[in-house]
Amino acid sequence: MLTKRVIPCLDVKDGRVVKGTKFVNLRDAGDPAEVAALYDQQGADELVFLDITASHERRQILMDVVRRTAEMAFTPLTVGGGVRTVEDIRALLLAGADKVSLNTAAVERPELITEAAERFGSQCIVLAIDAKQINHSARCEVRGARSEVKGDQVDANSAPRTPHPALLWEVYTHGGRTATGLDAVEWARRGEKLGAGEILLTSMDRDGTKDGYDLALTKAVTDVVGTPVIASGGAGTLDHLYDALTEGGADAALAASIFHFGDWSVQDAKAYLRRKGVPVRE
Amino acid sequence: MIAIIDSGIANLRSAQKGFERVGADAKIVDDPRALRDASGIVLPGVGAFRDGITKLRDGGFVEPLLRAIEVGKPVLGICLGLHFLFSESEEFGHHKGLDVIKGRVVRFPEAVASRNGGGMTARLKVPHMGWNQIRIERQAPIFKGIPDGGFFYFVHSYYVVPDDEGIVAATTEYGRRFTSILWRDNLFACQFHPEKSQTLGLQLLKNFASLA
Repeated sequence: MLTKRVIPCLDVKDGRVVKGTKFVNLRDAGDPAEVAALYDQQGADELVFLDITASHERRQILMDVVRRTAEMAFTPLTVGGGVRTVEDIRALLLAGADKVSLNTAAVERPELITEAAERFGSQCIVLAIDAKQINHSARCEVRGARSEVKGDQVDANSAPRTPHPALLWEVYTHGGRTATGLDAVEWARRGEKLGAGEILLTSMDRDGTKDGYDLALTKAVTDVVGTPVIASGGAGTLDHLYDALTEGGADAALAASIFHFGDWSVQDAKAYLRRKGVPVRE
Repeated sequence: MIAIIDSGIANLRSAQKGFERVGADAKIVDDPRALRDASGIVLPGVGAFRDGITKLRDGGFVEPLLRAIEVGKPVLGICLGLHFLFSESEEFGHHKGLDVIKGRVVRFPEAVASRNGGGMTARLKVPHMGWNQIRIERQAPIFKGIPDGGFFYFVHSYYVVPDDEGIVAATTEYGRRFTSILWRDNLFACQFHPEKSQTLGLQLLKNFASLA
């Protein structure tokens, strides 16, 4: 049977793996290729490599770092950060990425998702969404903004009900620096229609906090999309991974801090999940 | 030397480094003449069927590949490379394949009958993406050291339906049971990506290399 995936994430800045809290206060966690090799040996189901500064500095990903990292991994590698064009995607695939994640550029020009999916196949196009919960007073404003999104044909009446109708999450771009007015759940649905083969959903509120994934956000998205969803942001214990994969309905749980700083190995995580009845690869 | 056919759409380094890891000599070739001297041929594939088969034809690979299969040279198709071998694919319209294997390439339906029955349907996520198990249907040389129920990495929206079920070597369950490995003479083809399947994937590449 198809198993749930455990995915260590390498946030890379200036060629080093780093990890922060809520996208700031970065700590060094090693050389990307070495970290990738370690997780590969531990039986990571996939690896995600995000160049976390590329987008806002308009900087090209350090291709040689991607190349070195890909060389060490015999497991699928997703690379993202600063990807703006179909040519950027092609360059990353040639450098050894199996999938490429789009974030800021997809919000700015949603057709990029379709162009990329038609050229390389949906299976290698991941839509990365950085989402932040918004309070109720801001709700009307965002709902209004949602309908103004260029080319958005979503009919509010036909939108499926989410189990948490009172909660809303806004999409941020440029590494969490720019609010977009987009509703995260709606954007995930639209991303799928445009051709994304997977959604990498990060809760900015939980990122690096170790307080657990935002399960309401995760569930709101997994309830409405047909593509696999990777839950991200907030893993602090192995129970958090379990919650994301069960209550949250995610297909994969991504974590950084708990693996980087030696709290648990990938084997520990999978052994734990297996004991609790979650199908994971041995 | 194992020749990995470069049809110009995918990164083939991962397949090459997989062979390197198990001590086999593998080269990525963009000249079809190189297939003549190869001891084995890998037909990889990532992306869309139509683009892939067009590139294969335009690159002049089809004739030498068909000849190699005919004379019994070991050939390994991977993912889309498996699909190319078939008569036709329904991926984005209808497209003719190499017709080495009679049968069709079809898409996973997004709704499948629920296990509980009662006419309910459950949603099947497409693409089928992630680690899934193979059930060995008949022993093949390529399975040496690979257990029944072993896990491999899959990512695909289409699967193959061969007319002759006798060539199915392994199957996998995803909403339905589909063919995950084919074996006929010296022709092997798998739906998953051995080069992305860690230890068991490398073992499969090693088994293929030992035949080549």
